[in-house]
Amino acid sequence: MEKFTQLTGVAAPLPIINLDTDKIFPAIYLKTIKRTGLSQWLFQEIRFRADGSENPDFVLNQAPYRNAKILIGADNFGCGSSREHAPWALLDFGIRCIIAPSFADIFYNNCFKNGVLPIALHKEIVDELMEDARKGANAVMTIDLETQTITRPDGDKVHFELDAFRKHCLLNGLDDIGLTEQKSAEIGVYEEKARLARPWQFGMTQPRT
Amino acid sequence: MTEAMAQPRTLFDKIWESHVIAPQGEGTYLIYIDLHLIHEVTTPQAFEGLKLAGRKVRRPDATMAVADHNIPTTNRAAGVAGIANHESKLQVDVLERNVREFGVPYFAIDSIDQGIVHIIGPEQGLSQPGMTIVCGDSHTATHGAMGALAFGIGTSEVEHVLATQTLIQAPAKNMLIEVNGALGAGVSPKDVILAIIAKIGTAGGTGHVFEYAGSTFRDMSMEGRMTVCNMSIEAGARAGLVAPDEKTIAYVMGRPFAPKGAAWEQAVAYWRTLPSDPGAKYDKEAHLDAADIAPHVTWGTNPEQAAPITGRVPDPARIDDPLRRAAVERALQYMQLKPNTLLTEVPVQRVFIGSCTNSRIEDLRAAAAIAKGRKVADGVTALVVPGSGHVKHQAEEEGLDRVFLEAGFQWRDAGCSMCMSMNDDKAMNGERIASTSNRNFEGRQGKNAKTHLMGPAMAAAAAVTGHLADVRQLG
Ligand code: SF4
Repeated sequence: MEKFTQLTGVAAPLPIINLDTDKIFPAIYLKTIKRTGLSQWLFQEIRFRADGSENPDFVLNQAPYRNAKILIGADNFGCGSSREHAPWALLDFGIRCIIAPSFADIFYNNCFKNGVLPIALHKEIVDELMEDARKGANAVMTIDLETQTITRPDGDKVHFELDAFRKHCLLNGLDDIGLTEQKSAEIGVYEEKARLARPWQFGMTQPRT
Repeated sequence: MTEAMAQPRTLFDKIWESHVIAPQGEGTYLIYIDLHLIHEVTTPQAFEGLKLAGRKVRRPDATMAVADHNIPTTNRAAGVAGIANHESKLQVDVLERNVREFGVPYFAIDSIDQGIVHIIGPEQGLSQPGMTIVCGDSHTATHGAMGALAFGIGTSEVEHVLATQTLIQAPAKNMLIEVNGALGAGVSPKDVILAIIAKIGTAGGTGHVFEYAGSTFRDMSMEGRMTVCNMSIEAGARAGLVAPDEKTIAYVMGRPFAPKGAAWEQAVAYWRTLPSDPGAKYDKEAHLDAADIAPHVTWGTNPEQAAPITGRVPDPARIDDPLRRAAVERALQYMQLKPNTLLTEVPVQRVFIGSCTNSRIEDLRAAAAIAKGRKVADGVTALVVPGSGHVKHQAEEEGLDRVFLEAGFQWRDAGCSMCMSMNDDKAMNGERIASTSNRNFEGRQGKNAKTHLMGPAMAAAAAVTGHLADVRQLG
């Protein structure tokens, strides 16, 4: 996973509440067995017209926002399916940070696994950042993970909260599995205890005679 | 008893605490996973990751695989070779290769055991009370009906569970959803969950695990509880739970993967300790009265946009919040519905009875009761897709297939089918669908498909009348 330390880029406004993962990445393209190159299907239904041409009204099709690295969203961002294809496609497009008043749990989790930083902030602050994001080429913000600050286009700083474990993983680009494997002795001890307490769960899916 | 021991705990608290391996610092924990269900869509990248890192599946004996999303619902006997779409076939091929390579048990697509992953877990006795169950699929909450903590995860987490049988998680908060009283005639568990979501909203449960309690759930069948738990995610909840009771125990008993003999006695004794203690605290609560719940349908593009069938399409002009108004306007535009239209006047071209929400035997019986002696309306195509090979077999034993076929419904093989447009079953040309599935998102059932969610009897009523209909009027 790529490290996340500091990010400077254009923020695009996407004021759609309950933006679901089917909108971010439609089900029909879930047939891929890859996790790269997925941005071609990102926001398919709203980004393209029926004939396949770009919908000029959609923000990411407009000049300064084609290179957006940040999205400013609305409540319950990423609700719906657990598909990690949603953050994969966002990342592939170049989005590394999403700021919204609230996120759906699974999507929020999935972002961290891919070096994408979701930031939840009070609605009033997101409203202000949404206004900033409407400034086109001037909608440039800087996210600094170490100090947990967003620098707005006018230089004002906004603080955000984040749990320390996730921050640590993002800052260092750490692979969760590697971290967990360091605990394999503890997992083994737990398994021995569980085998005594709930023996019927061991060997469970193996074929029976 | 000490003070600390007397602290009343919820069902969720008990399952959570018994699965914590170690604190990870800052409010996150390493927790153990008892059962991992996998399917073809969200695993190829996870297995690829394992291979690249030279890792193994830690517990194949706690993992079960099945293909459900991509497979056709006709001509199942042809097996994988019968999958016409190249990419769909590739995804199933890759799953089959991976399960062989990693030694993971698998229900083959031409086996009677095959079915939708969330149908077969409980059906096979794999999903049991007190377990932690995960699957790379957001409707994993279905298994919460067994009194298990079951939730959906992303592909990176699938890889994490395959490699370590654990997950890094923050504990959820507890939310009590209490419904009391008897359901009226024609009111199904689907209506109960649609009413709950309409009341608390699609984000009403974010960060929480629901515990469904009250006499309505106690009196509900296991199948009904699964329908309710299935859609917990549509209210934003991480999982939904029903406390295991005698019904749960009777349901698990004798199923292929259920414990047997002395292990069964030990398991049952453990399961009986799981229900929430009296006086346990919840962070949030919602209360509904069963008598107030009418048959529901959705009119919009998320499951919260639902109303009693006796109602009308809402008028966005009456919504003050500008983002909410914009969302409703957008939904009505997509759905091509005019404000204030009577819901019973909305015509449908397609009917889909199936999906992990409503494809169990009880659902098929409810739909067949309405279909019996009637005919699918002109211009309507109606599909009935059982949730598993076993459900299909049982329905055929009961003669339900003949009821459907005589009424003009199509009778298919088990799979996700039209719930999500990944296989051959999808809505064409923006058709309007009465669907027993769980999501009415834009494009989910096909390009421009207009989905109205409802229970199985209501969907059958729409099929025979040709429009959204109040099943209570059909008697
Ligand atoms: S039936 Fe639908 S919701 Fe259920 S697992 Fe299949 S695609 Fe997902």
